[in-house]
Amino acid sequence: MSALLFAASLAAAQTVGAARQKELVRLVRQDCGSCHGMTLNGGLGPPLTPQALKQKPAEGLKATILGGRPGTPMPPWGAFMTEAEADWIVNELLKGFPNER
Amino acid sequence: MSARSAALAAITLTALAGCVQTELRGTGDLGVIIERAAGRVQIVDTTRETKLGAVEGLGDLSHASVVFSRDGRYAYVFGRDGGLTKVDLLRMRIDVRVVQSGNSIGGAISQDGRLIAAANYTPGGVRVFDAETLELLADIPAAYGDGSQRAKVVGLEDSAGNQFAFSLFEAGQIWVADLSEPRVPKLTKFKDVGRQPYDALVTPDGRYYLAGLFGEDGVAMLDLWHPERGVKRVLAGYGRGEQPLPVYKMPHLEGWAMAGSLAFLPAVGRHEVLVVDTATWREAGRIKVAGQPVFVMARPDGRQVWVNFAFPENEKVQVIDVETQTIVKTLVPGKAVLHMEFTPRGEAVWISARDDSRVLVYDTATLELRSLLLVDNPSGIFFTSRAFRMGL
Repeated sequence: MSALLFAASLAAAQTVGAARQKELVRLVRQDCGSCHGMTLNGGLGPPLTPQALKQKPAEGLKATILGGRPGTPMPPWGAFMTEAEADWIVNELLKGFPNER
Repeated sequence: MSARSAALAAITLTALAGCVQTELRGTGDLGVIIERAAGRVQIVDTTRETKLGAVEGLGDLSHASVVFSRDGRYAYVFGRDGGLTKVDLLRMRIDVRVVQSGNSIGGAISQDGRLIAAANYTPGGVRVFDAETLELLADIPAAYGDGSQRAKVVGLEDSAGNQFAFSLFEAGQIWVADLSEPRVPKLTKFKDVGRQPYDALVTPDGRYYLAGLFGEDGVAMLDLWHPERGVKRVLAGYGRGEQPLPVYKMPHLEGWAMAGSLAFLPAVGRHEVLVVDTATWREAGRIKVAGQPVFVMARPDGRQVWVNFAFPENEKVQVIDVETQTIVKTLVPGKAVLHMEFTPRGEAVWISARDDSRVLVYDTATLELRSLLLVDNPSGIFFTSRAFRMGL
């Protein structure tokens, strides 16, 4: 992993507290998981594994999370999280998303 | 074999199996609850409202559904990871298990109870198995376009004559597979049925197959008694051109919320339950509800319809009185209500609250809570009475 990405993930972690991180992990695993699978290996929605996402720019992933993708079932989640929280989710997805507990 | 010696044989077998079950009993009041994170099912007794035991090792159950053998003894559990597990409800153990695909959404059992069909996302298609042994009998790839693409299969339903009907999400098609010769499926394909069919149901008589459309307002309907008449669109344009609201969880069309000649369906991208007159297949009303409906289920006598919701309204359940088409009660059973299941004759409903790790049993006459069971991250609840209903 590049030093830049590491620095970015550190910055995101600093703005998202541990309790909120725990909530976001549950949100991604359970609620995103209802389409992308709890293991994030895909369902009606595509897989969200590091392997599946590695070619995709982080900014685009963040925009998809916050704004959804019109014409597909992907809804916008911007009402439920801040930009910093979306950054944190993208960074964690690219590293391999944490499990609950 | 006489009844007495059959009973003795059963007792002997049970003893050999290690005394999991020491008394003879029926299975008509049994069911299973999916523990989605643990890859486990709890076997429950709906008369005593208790857990009887658990069966582990079922893989990824993050999206799981269940059908039952016609003798009510076995539960076939379809897991997200393509696992298909035949669970013996009496011995409370796995009878047979296969991993039949990479990513699965659910399945169905044939009219004669001899075939199990699984709907797969990856690789997209349907696979058909011998219900006794889970031996693969037929593989139906959901190929479309120039044949190189495969669609995700949704809304797989059983019908009369050992037929299965299902929809192809990306392709916008409905296929009917006749499995009267299980190893030689005969396919009838209906194209351009509408954009992104996301789930389907079949009426209790097995006659009408209805696929909900995600990509447009409407429902694609096929009369299985008259497939030559083709797929018709019903409830077209129910959103009246308004911008749909975001959908944070796909609605499910499992079951058939039907009361008299009226059917109740979740709208997509509208916080409404649609009422359809099944004599004309025209809209007969709509009921405003708390959020995006996920399950819209009628009590078996058809007098009430219970509705749960997608995130973020997923703590609630609303009860609709069918005669007046009004909401008579909003319950808050717990965090992340995922599923509801009525007891066979509907005096109680079991509701799973995933984030509270609880299953709550409500009296459907008083709408009061009557029992609470601790279950680890519960999702689907399935009772053996499904064995005797088409489309479940």
